[in-house]
Amino acid sequence: MVLNLRLQLACSLVAAMALGGCASDEGGLQSQKLALIKGRGELICGVQGTLPGFSSVDSDGSYKGLDVDICRATAAAVLGDPNKVEFRDLNPSERFAALASGEVDLLSRNTTYTLSRDAAGGNGLSFAPVVFYDGQGLMVPKASGITSVKGLSGKPICVETGTTSELNLADRMRELKAPYTPLKFQTSDQTYAAYLQGRCVAVTTDRSQLAAKRTGFPNPEAHVLLPDVISKEPLAPATVNGDPLWSDAVRWTVYGLMQAEELGITQTNVDAKVAKAKANPNLADLRRFLGVEGDFGKQVGLSPDFVVRALKAVGNYGEIFERNVGSGSVLKLERGLNRSWKDGGLIYSPPFR
Amino acid sequence: MDPRLKSPSRLARLRRDLFGTPLDGAITIALLAALGAGAQALLNWALSRADWAVIQANSTLLAVGRYPMAQQWRLWLLTGLLCSATGASWGLLRRRSWPRNDRIAAGLLLAMALVVPAALELGLDVRARWWAIAGLLLLARWAAGRWSHRLPLICQKLWPLAWPGLYVLGLGLIGGGLGLQPVRTSQWGGLLLTLIEASFAIVLCFPLGIALALGRRSELPLLRWGSTIYIEFIRGAPLITLLFLGQNILGFLLPGGLAPDRVWRAAWVLTFFAAAYVAEAVRAGLTALPRGQVEAARSLGLNSLQTVLHVVLPQALRVALPATVGQFITLLQDTTLLSLIGLLDLLGTARAIMANPDFLGRNAEVYLVLAVLFWCCCAALGLGCRALEHRLNRHSSTASR
Repeated sequence: MVLNLRLQLACSLVAAMALGGCASDEGGLQSQKLALIKGRGELICGVQGTLPGFSSVDSDGSYKGLDVDICRATAAAVLGDPNKVEFRDLNPSERFAALASGEVDLLSRNTTYTLSRDAAGGNGLSFAPVVFYDGQGLMVPKASGITSVKGLSGKPICVETGTTSELNLADRMRELKAPYTPLKFQTSDQTYAAYLQGRCVAVTTDRSQLAAKRTGFPNPEAHVLLPDVISKEPLAPATVNGDPLWSDAVRWTVYGLMQAEELGITQTNVDAKVAKAKANPNLADLRRFLGVEGDFGKQVGLSPDFVVRALKAVGNYGEIFERNVGSGSVLKLERGLNRSWKDGGLIYSPPFR
Repeated sequence: MDPRLKSPSRLARLRRDLFGTPLDGAITIALLAALGAGAQALLNWALSRADWAVIQANSTLLAVGRYPMAQQWRLWLLTGLLCSATGASWGLLRRRSWPRNDRIAAGLLLAMALVVPAALELGLDVRARWWAIAGLLLLARWAAGRWSHRLPLICQKLWPLAWPGLYVLGLGLIGGGLGLQPVRTSQWGGLLLTLIEASFAIVLCFPLGIALALGRRSELPLLRWGSTIYIEFIRGAPLITLLFLGQNILGFLLPGGLAPDRVWRAAWVLTFFAAAYVAEAVRAGLTALPRGQVEAARSLGLNSLQTVLHVVLPQALRVALPATVGQFITLLQDTTLLSLIGLLDLLGTARAIMANPDFLGRNAEVYLVLAVLFWCCCAALGLGCRALEHRLNRHSSTASR
């Protein structure tokens, strides 16, 4: 409580100073965090560090993954260089403290967007758009011929005990009025070993994990993920709640990656698109999006071409997805819910207007 | 001479110990068969089913983490210096003699320098560095053993002081500064980080532990209670709790920038943690000292400080050494907990490697290499300390009698 009061006091002081600043410097929105990052010349990004496809360390010591690319895109948008990122591996228990204490500027660590994490009365984070709609899925041997959860009625299913996966599975099967035999194991290794021995016809956990585990199987092609998703795990980057301008900068950088996919702008053709926008004053939408005209960048505290910088660094959302977890990776995850809304998915950017 | 009194030959002794009775023989054969089967299964796995590409591709990462490639010459230089110093100390200890253990050690070293880089498929330039460093170590051993007696005695006595100097120099080389390009702690990793954290904690927890042990036996109540509370508090909390505490709380308590960064935070927590256990080991040594020793020292006219420095500590530490060394080895292994707080120590790096989509499912290979590396480090620490123990005891037997 004491901390909260102090925080409020500090915030009101900062607000008062900011207002004072506004009076003298017309319209110049101030963000402490942005100023800090620009002054430091480096973005500090909290990642998981050991999650295949999302963040891991390559043999040459560089980080790679979907979460990592979000960090790089943000660094490119803010600082103009996707390599000016310092990655911090964070564990689940310290991630929010690290963000709140300012040790990391941005948390891009497969964090599920929930009420208690977003609420000021909870962890008080400010979430950027969801970058990966994960969810609990089921994997079955291709040879079993099962194509949906319904088909698992009356069959044994392997699950790790004490996890939310176990509860979600029970809820879902009760809903479907499908009896099943749960085979519960203490560790994930035991669970997959039992599945591979054929003691159960399906194994369940988050879909991204299933896909990662599958690549370690003796014969990965013989197993498929069912299309059904039985729980919601929307993973989103997060910033601390007290700095709206910084949160906006991150949010719209991520939206920019999604919007670019919708507009068909990729890492390779972005320069051509910019040239086209510059040459043609009638393409007002494109010109504003790419920062050729308008002040969208300024409104979120960034340079006018922040989207172009991010795209040049990591490509659009679809490219990031395919490269790290999709068809271009060993995980071979289907886009599923992570398709653009135009293709029936949930990836949807509000208009850049 | 009665042949029964002669010590039996090695073969005869083996036969007596392992095949004394039919039951003994059966047990021996069963155990040998089990061992053989296990070894065969392991070899079979290691040679045919395991894919060692994960280790070959990531050997640099395991060794030094994300340390910038362009600055790695500093680490090679440091390794060279450390190996030369090791060779020199070794030579000073043994003089011109090459006992069998030394010959075995030298042989192992040479074999390692030849086999390991080849197994890792390192480039020829890197292999040459391995050979050079192994050669340097043995050369220093030979030279120091051969010619050190010509050096003035004071130089030989002062040589151990080179080690702390080398340690500070090493930290400077690793971290940079003073004209060298700084390498931030977030880029330290792998075996390098593990060794830095462990050595830092080992070096500092020892004096701290002695101070705490003396404090706990002090006659000043404030000092005694302070030390006791500290020791009991630290021993009452698991290390991982303290590490989390250090990582999570310091950021809030100290204003931004003032808190030591994560690597040093963890190093200090390890130090403070180990100090409490070392203190208890030293206290055991202090307790084992007969009261007469202190009384005799006093009656000779030594003051308290002199009594502690010249009479109490030398004897107490000798008793406490084995337990303290055990504590050091535990400490080295405890550094693996750092991977849980997100530092890329040896285990943390290994987990990052196992998460690399290119090497998914290669956990067994990585963990096996990790086990071997840790075993080597702990064995080296144990051997070094045993040699020290041996030397101290030899010293005592000639001095005190």
